[in-house]
Amino acid sequence: MRFAVIVFPGSNCDIDMFHAIKDELGEEVEYVWHDQDSLEGFDAILLPGGFSYGDYLRCGAIARFSNVMKEIIKAAEAGKPVLGVCNGFQILLEAGLLPGAMRRNESLKFICKPVELKIENNETMFSGSYRQDEVITVPIAHGEGNYYCDEETLARLEENNQIVFTYNGENPNGSISNIAGITNEKGNVLGMMPHPERAVDSLLGGADGLKLFQSIVRSWRESNVVKA
Amino acid sequence: MSLKLEPTVEHIKNDKLYREMGISDEEFAMIEKVLGRLPNFTETGLFSVMWSEHCSYKNSKPVLKKFPISGPKVLQGPGEGAGIVDIGDGQAVVFKIESHNHPSAIEPYQGAATGVGGIIRDVFSMGARPIALLNSLRFGELTSPRVKYLFEEVVAGIAGYGNCIGIPTVGGEVQFDAAYEGNPLVNAMCVGLINHEDIKKGQAHGVGNTVMYVGAKTGRDGIHGATFASEELTDQSDENRPAVQVGDPFMEKLLLEACLELVKSDALVGIQDMGAAGLTSSSAEMASKAGSGIEMNLDLVPQRETGMTAYEMMLSESQERMLIVVKKGREQEIVDLFSKYDLEAVAVGVVTDDKMLRLIHRGEVVANVPADALAEEAPVYHKPSAVPAYFEEFQAMENDIPSVDDYKETLLALLQQPTIASKEWVYQQYDHMVRTNTVVSPGSDAAVVRIRGTRKALAMTTDCNSRYLYLDPETGGKIAVAEAARNIVCSGAKPLAITDCLNFGNPEKPEIFWQFEKAVDGMSEACRVFETPVIGGNVSLYNETNGTAVYPTPVVGMVGLVEDLDHVTTQTFKQAGDLIYLLGETKDEFGGSELQKLTYGRIFGKAPELDLTVEHKHQQQVLQAIRQGLVDSAHDLAEGGLAVAVSESLFRTELGAEIKLEGNAVSALFSESQSRFLISIKKENKEQFESLVDAATLIGEVTDSATLKISSANETLILSQVTELEKAWRGAIPCLLK
Repeated sequence: MRFAVIVFPGSNCDIDMFHAIKDELGEEVEYVWHDQDSLEGFDAILLPGGFSYGDYLRCGAIARFSNVMKEIIKAAEAGKPVLGVCNGFQILLEAGLLPGAMRRNESLKFICKPVELKIENNETMFSGSYRQDEVITVPIAHGEGNYYCDEETLARLEENNQIVFTYNGENPNGSISNIAGITNEKGNVLGMMPHPERAVDSLLGGADGLKLFQSIVRSWRESNVVKA
Repeated sequence: MSLKLEPTVEHIKNDKLYREMGISDEEFAMIEKVLGRLPNFTETGLFSVMWSEHCSYKNSKPVLKKFPISGPKVLQGPGEGAGIVDIGDGQAVVFKIESHNHPSAIEPYQGAATGVGGIIRDVFSMGARPIALLNSLRFGELTSPRVKYLFEEVVAGIAGYGNCIGIPTVGGEVQFDAAYEGNPLVNAMCVGLINHEDIKKGQAHGVGNTVMYVGAKTGRDGIHGATFASEELTDQSDENRPAVQVGDPFMEKLLLEACLELVKSDALVGIQDMGAAGLTSSSAEMASKAGSGIEMNLDLVPQRETGMTAYEMMLSESQERMLIVVKKGREQEIVDLFSKYDLEAVAVGVVTDDKMLRLIHRGEVVANVPADALAEEAPVYHKPSAVPAYFEEFQAMENDIPSVDDYKETLLALLQQPTIASKEWVYQQYDHMVRTNTVVSPGSDAAVVRIRGTRKALAMTTDCNSRYLYLDPETGGKIAVAEAARNIVCSGAKPLAITDCLNFGNPEKPEIFWQFEKAVDGMSEACRVFETPVIGGNVSLYNETNGTAVYPTPVVGMVGLVEDLDHVTTQTFKQAGDLIYLLGETKDEFGGSELQKLTYGRIFGKAPELDLTVEHKHQQQVLQAIRQGLVDSAHDLAEGGLAVAVSESLFRTELGAEIKLEGNAVSALFSESQSRFLISIKKENKEQFESLVDAATLIGEVTDSATLKISSANETLILSQVTELEKAWRGAIPCLLK
């Protein structure tokens, strides 16, 4: 399986994402610079964390106008897995691929620490390798991760099982309904604030994030076997 | 068009206008002699920044010469952007620490942020990829609104820059003392990794080669920052706010990636950061180091504002800029490389053979000055030094043991002292994990960052207990290096080298200069014994507010090499049943201790003694025991003594400990005697450990009770739930800030 890691000016978790896929997951991966016109040949698209365009104006607000976004939207429409982590999630919101918006953390401070997440839906292509309601530990590192949407949207997210991860116990940023990660309606675009790519090696404190990437591979293999 | 009227050469001389730029009468006469004529306004400005203490070290040079600066593994000592040490396999570690005290006192967020930005550029200007940031901070007591504001904003500034650029801030230290009330210290350290073949220098070689300006445009910000940094702070210092620069970490991220691509190109000849004294220092130093000259056309310098004069452009300290020299004819490649990152790269000058720094603006030569005169020939002053009266008084005192009624309450009070309390509030605002190499996060003795693709890792720390230095600068200087080395050893690494940031008061006062000399003596001796040369650093003098100096604070930034990831060790106890050892002798030493400060509200007496031979032996034994796999946890005994160290080893675990101590209970619990380690090992390693670390005393055992019990031969001294201690320790700083 071939992964693309999109690199915007100011992305800074691109290398972490790359190594998670290559070294820990053992799949093919390439960096794709934001000005590229094509994502052909890639089976999954990863938007890493960081501060694209310095987070100027609003997090993700400038990155969404990048050339490569047209291709990301196309890939999403084609049903390919698209994962946005942290700043990647913010970009997906700005691009309208996911509903809702991001506000500053309730504490108004950047927070970097491991947090507990609960798997709310293990039937997505990103969470199939977890058990339903499993509690995992994954780090967060953000200043604006306070996810918000209106009541109607929230009801829809709940009804369609689009909420994949919630914060277990303490909610570090004040997000609505403790939301940490959501998918689109089709379930092939996931945005999440916690960093699964930082939790793939027990040397660094835990490997609970690895199953997320394994889920993507498993789901891709299953659908490709069906096609074959 | 408005014409900016600059003073004439006669006006500058006759009305002594140079004094306002920090140039003395004698220095002005020297400048006149060097040039063989009077300097014009722009030239006077060039000399004023280059001959400031900040750039020239004119007051500190004779003292700095005492530092050992070479060693078999040193690839680059002081003099370039950052020092470099070989770590084998064709790789090397690059690191440096620098102060940004004065800007942070005036505008804490930007002052701290640009301090981080500057030190990062120093490291990548050598061709290295920055892999970690650390810092060392000093503030007044966390009680006044002003100190709280400075503390919160400095932390936010460091976080804002480091998080955005994506370099993990993995460690540091914060201390609080009234001595820093009006003059906080903000020291930032950056560590980078490089392959030997990629090492670059800031030298303008090759007559005819092209001088290019890359990065952000030049504005009027930070003009005279270096001169400002070489003066005392006063109540009027707020008026100097324009001398504080504004940082743009996004711009620096682009510049970083572009420069790391650039260093792979054989078109590059030399590269240097435009830090303090901006375009002036980078051009004069690059020419001087290469024995060449540089001619620049200032009309070509990218400018953010209109109508800038030559003086303003040369003295601007706008951030995120570099000066590079490239082979003639290869300029377009460089322009193309930078344009990928939406950055400008502009040819602004050429390398010449006349050793002059010549500046042209609007068709006229506006400055023509020997590059060596600016960069190398600043006057050097041998300042008088005098032993302060307080020192002799302190030395004559007997060791005093503070009286303690309730040991547990005292321990709780110590754990809540901001200097000892958990710094979680600080480091949770720093992204300490980005790049996914942080093996040991902030909160242990030293941070550990792995080197991807190898079994090696780097341990790093910043340390300085300035209270000991105030009581006795020479002993305190030794202790600063020793404590850093202990922290490195406790994490499983061998100390390699240090960088230092020497923060002192006004060197023109003989008592302050004496502190400076003695501290450097002590540090030098310790560095020789530990074989950790000084590979670079920074001097920050004039840290005074309204005539009162900060404590002498020579911060030590040390890096060590972990040979195998299996050796990585932390301070926390690992499992019940492990044996707890204390290595090192406990004496009745409370001078400068947390208990003394807590009891009397001030510090006095002698600093703890330090025998470098004993210290070194202990370090080597502990490291050997760690490498043989005998050690489960290792922790340096520092502020608050043994009771605090044992508590810290229990935090973040569900374990407890039972400890039995001998001798005077107050000393056994709270003395700050040096060269001591707290070590836990598995029972089965007892024999081997004891034969290797012969001076270690078995003092207790790790239990599964989540309770700390410390007793003497006949009574229980402390009995507490660990959660109660941990709550006090964790809650102290957030509580003080509310």
